[in-house]
Amino acid sequence: MSAQLQAKDFASSQEVRWCPGCGDYAVLKSVTKVLADVGAVPEKTVFVSGIGCSSRFPYYLETYGFHTIHGRAPAIATGLKLANPELDVWVVTGDGDGLSIGGNHLLHALRRNVGFKILLFNNEIYGLTKGQYSPTSRPGTRSPSSPAGSFDSPVSPGAFALGAGAKFIARAIDVDKTGLGSVLEAAHGFDGTAFVEIFQNCIVYNDGVFNSFTERDKAADAQLRVEHGKPLVFGEGGSKGLAFDAKTMALKIVDAKVNASEVLVHDETNRTLAQLLLTMPQPEFPVALGVVLRQPGVAFEKAYYANQPTKLKRTGKVADALRQTSIWRVPAAKQA
Amino acid sequence: MDSQSVVIRFAGDSGDGVQLIGTQFVAATALAGDDFATFPDYPAEIRAPAGTTFGVSAYQIHLGARPITTAGDAPQVLVAFNPAALKVNLPLIADGALIVLNIDSFTSRGLAKAGYEKDPRQSGVLDGYQLIEVDITKHTLEATEQFGLSKSDAGRCKNFWALGLVQWMFNRDVKTIEEWLNKKFAKDATIRDANLAALRAGHAYGETAELTAAVPHVGTVHAQFPPGEYRGVRGGEALSLGLAAAGELADKTIMFCSYPITPASPLLHQLARYGHLGVGTFQAEDEIAAVCAAIGASYGGAIGVTSSSGPGIALKTEAIGLAMMAELPLVVIDSQRGGPSTGLPTKTEQSDLYQAVYGRNADSPIPVIAARSPSDCFEVAIEAVRIAVRHMTPVILLTDGYLANAAEPWRLPNIDEIPRIEVNTPGTRVEGQDVSSFIFSRNPETLGRPWVAPGMPGLMYRVGGIEKDIRTGNISYEAQNHQAMTDLRAAKVASVAKFIPPQKVELGPEKGSLAVVGWGSTYGALYQAVRAFPAKERVSHIHIRHLSPFPENLGELLRGFDRILVPEMNMGQLATLLRDKLGVETIQFNKVTGQPFLIGELVQKIRTLLGAKPAVRAVRGERA
Repeated sequence: MSAQLQAKDFASSQEVRWCPGCGDYAVLKSVTKVLADVGAVPEKTVFVSGIGCSSRFPYYLETYGFHTIHGRAPAIATGLKLANPELDVWVVTGDGDGLSIGGNHLLHALRRNVGFKILLFNNEIYGLTKGQYSPTSRPGTRSPSSPAGSFDSPVSPGAFALGAGAKFIARAIDVDKTGLGSVLEAAHGFDGTAFVEIFQNCIVYNDGVFNSFTERDKAADAQLRVEHGKPLVFGEGGSKGLAFDAKTMALKIVDAKVNASEVLVHDETNRTLAQLLLTMPQPEFPVALGVVLRQPGVAFEKAYYANQPTKLKRTGKVADALRQTSIWRVPAAKQA
Repeated sequence: MDSQSVVIRFAGDSGDGVQLIGTQFVAATALAGDDFATFPDYPAEIRAPAGTTFGVSAYQIHLGARPITTAGDAPQVLVAFNPAALKVNLPLIADGALIVLNIDSFTSRGLAKAGYEKDPRQSGVLDGYQLIEVDITKHTLEATEQFGLSKSDAGRCKNFWALGLVQWMFNRDVKTIEEWLNKKFAKDATIRDANLAALRAGHAYGETAELTAAVPHVGTVHAQFPPGEYRGVRGGEALSLGLAAAGELADKTIMFCSYPITPASPLLHQLARYGHLGVGTFQAEDEIAAVCAAIGASYGGAIGVTSSSGPGIALKTEAIGLAMMAELPLVVIDSQRGGPSTGLPTKTEQSDLYQAVYGRNADSPIPVIAARSPSDCFEVAIEAVRIAVRHMTPVILLTDGYLANAAEPWRLPNIDEIPRIEVNTPGTRVEGQDVSSFIFSRNPETLGRPWVAPGMPGLMYRVGGIEKDIRTGNISYEAQNHQAMTDLRAAKVASVAKFIPPQKVELGPEKGSLAVVGWGSTYGALYQAVRAFPAKERVSHIHIRHLSPFPENLGELLRGFDRILVPEMNMGQLATLLRDKLGVETIQFNKVTGQPFLIGELVQKIRTLLGAKPAVRAVRGERA
């Protein structure tokens, strides 16, 4: 490889066709930057997507790309990793693609810990099909298919991933270059399934749905940037902290200065803490962003090859395999 | 009694080990030099309540002089381990058949469970049959007493006691079975010895007891095989070996992705042991994931294969369309079973032909081929991979529950003589040629595109299920382009016909009064039925492997016959296809009982047709 590739080298010649102002543009920009920063090799990088606005992603990158069918990207990416474990594979999905029609594949990719990144663009709405409520929509969401407001309970992507056995769970906001960039870099470095939920604004059908924590003036109180080994503090100047209430077995907010000793320190290997952080109710609590969980494990494809005595190398011959049973010979001259 | 062949049926509870002694009897048959065909017939329930009719499992073997092509019509020997097995199988067996009954189980409780109000031995229903009544369980317990097994463990050896008796009935020793038991139970000496003792005791019983029944003996004409090396093979084994061979011939990894389903699962089990042959297996979370993982593997440069039965293929349909759109090789194996929906999972049928040929959204043609016998599965597996790779297309391979489990002798092929499978490896890109148009530069003969896989430098491209520009592969919603791509996909599948051999006649003249036309596992029954007619009747057997597209000469060949009979284990799917594609009218003969065709019923049908004058000329001529 000659000169270090730049972000622009990872952009394909295809005209980007998202709605003007869509959060996907910001994510695309962060992804190309991270690919350049981590020194990704274009021919070894593959983006696999399902169906939905976010799933157009692969067309816009100068890497290999496979735009597949609705919900099935994790399954296709699994086969791809089995065929060639050396590839750097990214799965791009959305709340409908990943958690509704493709929920089963997401579940199994996460529990297997297949070595790819899953970027789940959560905009809490079906965009491509023109605005129906999605499995992450909050109750009361008015949409063409729920004119009186939806009433089903939404799924929490992070809690779903945790329940499925994910070993890497992170969250970021689409337009937050620094936060998203560092999460993507961490995901890239993870050996196993790295699940990243991206809060992505749909400017047409669900504009501002995350404003309660993404707007600049609310960010300090409504966002908690977690970092391994650092206290879980937020608010102006880190004035508030999270502590564990043993009586209710839940988190509570304390004054980070007065009760400094009570404030929890983030441990990204602790699944119980991850559960608490991923399910904090809003708006009482802030939204946890960053790498919430990162536990070392063995990636599925590595275990797969480790369990193959010949690593799938063809060491035997079918001509011999045919004969691994009782054989009899009929001589040429035999007469009845 | 003396004849060229004999049909034997073992029947008992699913837990009685009937399938096991069936396969051991076959192994001994093979080594004795007889031709054979088998039919395991087992219930959907793993262990239905003991002694009930719905828990009856059976294994049928047809053996004798060549050619044996079916598991036989009516068994001449039935070994029934309990009253339920007798009740279920009595309607199937030949008049005057020899029935070996395990009378220990003919207690009032056993009879009641089978739904017999009166003991059939007294009620007269067994008049006209020859009975051998033996206390098999009691004899087994006596023979194994010395090993100190529990009564239930000891009783479990009764299948080998019965096998010993049957071996004696057919003038055979028990040596090969002893060898097998020694290997199988090498780690458990007590079980091994108990089964060996039961086997020998059963054999000795035949020698010492004065069995008055006339055992049907296989005639003095021994099977005549062309010279070569032989083994017995089940369809599932042959298919697995064929896939492994295809990988070897293409020098590519086979990635077999599947989800358990009856009767397709044995393929997954078999291939899971073929890592050293370059075969990887993946048990996916569902049918859709299985086909998708196979597509992902093909996209990544391995040969993706998925396998299921009818209901699972239905679930895979959308993804098969993706493989077609992305122009990726993929082999989809459909082990057909009785349907629709859950249907009759353990029974056989060939009713997925419509699904294979027509069963996708939009205009989505895909090559379809079918295996006709257990050993034929080997060749057909190679052929499926060859077509998929040559034309860069998904291919559907039809087999069925009967073929998967049935066994026959197989003359081992010489792998070195099989033509290699040429892979569409990308050539060199002309300087200045745009990458996308290079990747979609299709071979003019096969319309297959270069197989570009991630990891290849300088060829990064994007592809998906959205319609793509015929030249560059980029997304295109342009009207004329969609027409052109649809035409291209049709032309690609049609081009397969240029690479396949012309349809031949299996038996009988090239032109005649009646063509009996079939596909898939009915091969043996059709062949034998046609063989029963003298040359002057001018009856021919034609069996089609390539179902879509058909061989180019098929229409002309069929027009050489006054009438065409199409026997199928469905309600007329090949008949529809022949009418649709070739404008040929046929006489249908359909059977969907979950059981294969009997030679007898086919012979009768043909005889009726030959006796009747053709009412209309059955062939319509060229299609407008």
